[in-house]
Amino acid sequence: MGDHHHGPAKGLSRWLYTTNHKDIGTMYLWFSFAMFLLGGAFAMVIRAELFQPGMQLVEPGFFNQMTTLHGLVMVFGAIMPSFVGLANWLIPMMIGAPDMALPRMNNWSFWILPPAFLMLASTLLMEGGAPAFGWTFYAPLSTTYAPPSVTFFIFAIHILGVSSIMGSINIIATVMNMRAPGMTYMKMPLFVWTWLITAFLLVAVMPVLAGAVTMMLMDIHFGTSFFSAAGGGDPVLFQHIFWFFGHPEVYIIILPAFGVISQIIPAFSRKPLFGYASMVYATAGIAILSFVVWAHHMYTVGMPVAGELFFMYATMLIAVPTGVKVFNWVTTMWRGAMTFETPMLFSIGFLVLFTIGGFTGLMLSIAPADFQYHDTYFVVAHFHYVMVAGAVFSMTAAIYFWLPKWTGRMYNETMGKVHFWVSFIGFNVTFFPQHFVGLAGMPRRIPDYALQFADFNMMSSIGAFIYGASQLLFLYNVIAAIVAGEKVSDEKVWDGAEGLEWTLPSPPPYHTFETPPKIEEQPAH
Amino acid sequence: MLNARALAATALLPLAANAQNQVNMSTGISEAGAVITDLGVEIYDLHMLIFWICVVIGVGVFGVMLYSIYAHRKSRGVEPSQFHEHTGVEIAWTVVPFFILIGMAVPATSTLLEVYDNDDAEMSILVTGYQWKWKYEYLDADGENVAFFSNLATSQEQIYNTDTKGENYLLEVDEPLVIPVDTKVRFLITANDVIHSWWVPEIAVKRDAIPGFINEAWSRVLAEGVYRGQCTELCGSYHGFMPVVVHVVSQGEFDDWMAAKKGSAAADAALAATELSVDELMVRGEDVYNASCLACHGANGEGGLGNAIAGSAIAMGGLDSHLNVVVNGVAGTAMQAFGAQLSDVDVAAVTTYQRNAFGNNTGDVVQASDVVSYKEG
Repeated sequence: MGDHHHGPAKGLSRWLYTTNHKDIGTMYLWFSFAMFLLGGAFAMVIRAELFQPGMQLVEPGFFNQMTTLHGLVMVFGAIMPSFVGLANWLIPMMIGAPDMALPRMNNWSFWILPPAFLMLASTLLMEGGAPAFGWTFYAPLSTTYAPPSVTFFIFAIHILGVSSIMGSINIIATVMNMRAPGMTYMKMPLFVWTWLITAFLLVAVMPVLAGAVTMMLMDIHFGTSFFSAAGGGDPVLFQHIFWFFGHPEVYIIILPAFGVISQIIPAFSRKPLFGYASMVYATAGIAILSFVVWAHHMYTVGMPVAGELFFMYATMLIAVPTGVKVFNWVTTMWRGAMTFETPMLFSIGFLVLFTIGGFTGLMLSIAPADFQYHDTYFVVAHFHYVMVAGAVFSMTAAIYFWLPKWTGRMYNETMGKVHFWVSFIGFNVTFFPQHFVGLAGMPRRIPDYALQFADFNMMSSIGAFIYGASQLLFLYNVIAAIVAGEKVSDEKVWDGAEGLEWTLPSPPPYHTFETPPKIEEQPAH
Repeated sequence: MLNARALAATALLPLAANAQNQVNMSTGISEAGAVITDLGVEIYDLHMLIFWICVVIGVGVFGVMLYSIYAHRKSRGVEPSQFHEHTGVEIAWTVVPFFILIGMAVPATSTLLEVYDNDDAEMSILVTGYQWKWKYEYLDADGENVAFFSNLATSQEQIYNTDTKGENYLLEVDEPLVIPVDTKVRFLITANDVIHSWWVPEIAVKRDAIPGFINEAWSRVLAEGVYRGQCTELCGSYHGFMPVVVHVVSQGEFDDWMAAKKGSAAADAALAATELSVDELMVRGEDVYNASCLACHGANGEGGLGNAIAGSAIAMGGLDSHLNVVVNGVAGTAMQAFGAQLSDVDVAAVTTYQRNAFGNNTGDVVQASDVVSYKEG
């Protein structure tokens, strides 16, 4: 067991061999940011091609590769690992644990990610091109009609799944076993709660995704017909399996974001989170409902009417716990004493835009109306309001909020505020008009469009370039803070911040809480 | 040097093309004020009902939030309150939304049941999605089905910006679906290769076309006119280039059109029995090529998604192996079996064209009778 008090090793081996939750968290965060820029670059290609009607820059087949890789890289490479990184950094510090429960597995679950994405990205250079069947990879476009690179895609998905499952087991084991004495479940910070529930979701559904891609592999190489009617299979079976994974997946992405917002809004309102218990129950409710709503992505596949009705009612029900969360956040702000530093701005941006995404989600749940919305830009607008303004905004807020704690240095507040406003405006200029073109009849995933959609598409592209550029400002601000930011002397950093991580020095030493902290008797929040 | 005039033309296009930027769903009512389909109007009304409920809730939530941001800020010197729960309020905002949802579910359920009411159709049309075109087959009680393919009619020049884009850019086809007004038409929707989705927003029909399965949808269109839509399920490279165009005409016009359609099928059969000249075959072959081959094999046979035809060993080699590829397709690739899609005359014409265009100059002439005898083996 050796020396417990050593500092980090020097050089590259520190990062390769590390089992330290802070190092691994840092690697996850940097990796996900690199993937965010890569996925963003793909999005820029998409928006540049859609700037005007007509084909200008890329061929339709390459355009499909871009939409596919954009989705895959953003979901599996940027958003999910970023929240795992956050969990690594924060969960041990929030529950008073010295590290994650399974540190070696932690190292492994990170280090299999970069090769997986390298393999996925390398498909761009392969004969026949990268996967071009959308991030939802519906069969038979992704099986019989797929480019040869699909096999590499399947392998990459398997590795990502293994990484996610290992990460989740680690989080579950840590939260269940390593809480400091006195840290009861109902005293855990909400971020820990949302991640615990998310980890259970991941363990439940990642194997389902693995099953789906394995069946694809069998269909492609071993002569089975899971998804081919000609051999007695069913292409719609693929969609059922995919979305049985895919719907919980979107909550996997958004629940930790809820957790982040539930930490930040109370801090800058200088007031405890309103309705802590109901927040926990609402999170669990959303997680449970997420298993019985999957076919709302499939209203047009020709399900029996009873199935449509079941999935419509179940989907509408999600509005109830989600509404509770939004009401709780607004009530947390109510009669607080608010200040509006960058993390708070991003959190309020989240609250407003996520709520709009929730409304369009409610509209989409209405099956007969969805016959008009399905697979149009209205859906694209909806899920970017919840994925970008939801998950990415909350992640951005989290970085600004905890960066001074992690590094002991402050970012540039003015630049942070500029980043927020440029992001907020750029985001809305990009995605708000997409509601209009979608309702007016523009399908998603098309490289060229009819002339009546031209103005809004141009607007959308301009917004996307603005939003994309603003992320470089973010990158600069973070690096500048790490290199030469003003030193933070306070443990608390933010005067309203509550929780064990704020009792540690800034930056925290390499090993923290080697002896468990004492949890004071006080109401939970 | 860049073509300045073409650039200027493309730059102005969005302004000139279509002044109206539609921001909402099709209302189901035509510009002349006539109801297009009752179902379309019902779906639009449902959409607007949910929209306004969301707006009211949104104004409430955002109003409270904005007031709080204004009033409860530290810079105004307020002391933060420390309350953090209130059972009554929490129960209220769980229960009240539940009842609002029931209010939404009631009209949604009744509209959905109507969407699914496929009974009592007066005519049935089999719609089959292909990469990347639609096939329409009118199912006739006497077994005399009329079938044809509907291909994108927009030219490659317009798509690649060397020609001015027309008013219905990407929403025009060589042969539209024609249906009679005020008739309950049942669409039987399927696909030949991958999943497609058949959508016409103004008549409120969207249903996935799934290979090996047949979906049902229906429409009773009450206003004559032209309605345009697109494939809405990603189906490969040219997913964006397979529009749907529906002409809704009076019963009389429809009957005439149907009679003419049956007549031209007979004429095609007659044509297959005659010898065509090289020029006739080349002209016909070019049309067929542009509609069926160009997307993958390129405007000059240079290839793209498909192999090159210019100078290819198949197009310049033995006729049987060439016909084999055209008629039977190539298994495991996107090359389809056109023997089932094109008439024998068209197969003969396009094969002749491929063997003589793009500098292939084999001098071979293929007649419909050759295709027939090839098919018969």
